[in-house]
Amino acid sequence: MADLRDLYQELILEHSKAPRNYRELKHADHKAEGYNPLCGDHFTVFVKMEGDHIRDIAFQGSGCAISKASASMMTQSLKGKTKAEAEKLFERFHKVVTGQAVNGDQAELGKLAVFSGVSEFPTRVKCATLAWHTLEAALEGKQESVSTE
Amino acid sequence: MTTLASSPLQSGRAPLREIASGFDVEKVRADFPILHQQAHGHPLVYLDNAATSQKPKAVIDAIVRYYENYNANIHRGVHYLSERATAEYEAARKSVQAFLHAARPAEIIFVRGATEAINLVAQTYGRVHVGAGDEVLITAMEHHSNIVPWQMLCEEKRAKLRVAPINDAGELIPKEFEKLLGPRTKIVAVVHVSNALGTVNPIATIVEMAHARDIPVLVDGAQAAPRMPVNVQDLDCDFYTFSGHKTYGPTGIGVLYGKLPLLEAMPPYQGGGEMISSVSFEKTVFNKVPHKFEAGTPDISGPIGLRAALEYLDRLGMDNIARYEHELLSYATEKVSAIPGVRLIGTAKEKAGVLSFVMDGVHPHDIGTILDQEGIAIRTGHHCAQPVMTRFGLDATARASFGLYNTKEEIDALVSGLQKVREVFG
Repeated sequence: MADLRDLYQELILEHSKAPRNYRELKHADHKAEGYNPLCGDHFTVFVKMEGDHIRDIAFQGSGCAISKASASMMTQSLKGKTKAEAEKLFERFHKVVTGQAVNGDQAELGKLAVFSGVSEFPTRVKCATLAWHTLEAALEGKQESVSTE
Repeated sequence: MTTLASSPLQSGRAPLREIASGFDVEKVRADFPILHQQAHGHPLVYLDNAATSQKPKAVIDAIVRYYENYNANIHRGVHYLSERATAEYEAARKSVQAFLHAARPAEIIFVRGATEAINLVAQTYGRVHVGAGDEVLITAMEHHSNIVPWQMLCEEKRAKLRVAPINDAGELIPKEFEKLLGPRTKIVAVVHVSNALGTVNPIATIVEMAHARDIPVLVDGAQAAPRMPVNVQDLDCDFYTFSGHKTYGPTGIGVLYGKLPLLEAMPPYQGGGEMISSVSFEKTVFNKVPHKFEAGTPDISGPIGLRAALEYLDRLGMDNIARYEHELLSYATEKVSAIPGVRLIGTAKEKAGVLSFVMDGVHPHDIGTILDQEGIAIRTGHHCAQPVMTRFGLDATARASFGLYNTKEEIDALVSGLQKVREVFG
């Protein structure tokens, strides 16, 4: 049986209550909106690139504890990373939250591994990945909003 | 995690048998096979009845009997099985007629659900009667199924969708509603019981105000049909819709009631077999009502299962069900609103079956996951009523909705579950 404590880890609850980089990025050169129509989650992700590196990243919006903490910790992990590194991290993150992680994936995630409990709660995977999908859309420069439904 | 069995919120439990005299909920529960199971290691507590209700054994058996004994196409065959299937299908129509207290069986049209029923009226009656500059009047508490079909119609016809406002309790404001009934209003479409707020609308009053101006009224009865006696002749509404699956019947079957003269004057909805009298490449003569609106081979097991459900409800008595659910709702309202940080959304004087709420600092989706781990099924989100959420400045609510098999003990379990949510989120 899945344990709620695996899902609602202290770090996740803490980030959901006090999200980091929770602001509008005035000079963002990439921006996208993400929706989860089923539960009403709605985030905007802002990115400022410097060459191939993410110089600054922030988000705004509303959603459940999982989606908000995920967005917050995503922005923390990605500052200073290259676009390719960000994509690689999302790939690993996705594997971990969907329970498809192989050796090493979890270790490579660092603090983000705290989301591994999500894999026991399939209906919450889309909450954990909403900010990441939105970031992906922002970096690809897509204008339309993304949806995890 | 500690359990909260000694919480003061749980004192004052009433013995079940005392409530709603004549309604034996334990006996009722025995009729629903699905209820007797564990979810995540806890007894299942199903409080998502506004989404869909569970089915009594009588419904499941009726469907099995149909497929095992007399499955055949209807209204066509000359053979034994077809005659039997046709008779059962038409007997189901009479059951629905009796359930809604309609004047004639021909006023009952089988559709896939309340959604299709509303689309049918919008696309037939609506397309004939609504033109450029005309208006369709709905309310601010409608489900998407009673918004979008009219929006599509209005867009096509360049008509205007008008929305009657609601107050902070989630009640329609009759005076404001009446002001919106104008010379260009061609139809009123209003929900009987709101799925997101639980509000019971004063349908007879609404109909009276609309009819005083010769405007027909469609009533979305999806949440009302399972919860209270419905008499379409007393309400005097022109159309009434409901879904089988929310009324303890199968999915995929629903009902459109319409007054016969209106139905007769309406063009068909879909073309095909069954809805015709004769076809040539030059001209098709349409069948009579109700068959005119039932193109193609219909869901045959659906009406048969629905009939079993309606007969089951009739045996219990809709008055008894309404009374029992009202007691559950009052009990739940008292217990849930006493939890610190919980705010009820939808506090109308007249309510039925639905308890929508939010909790300080906790998103409804997280409430739903934590309750699920306790075996408690509720709905979280916008309940397909986004404009209602917007009206209350919310993205989502948590919603417990009751059915005739729910108990006070289950509401106590909900309250304990909500205490657990508080523990997790601090």
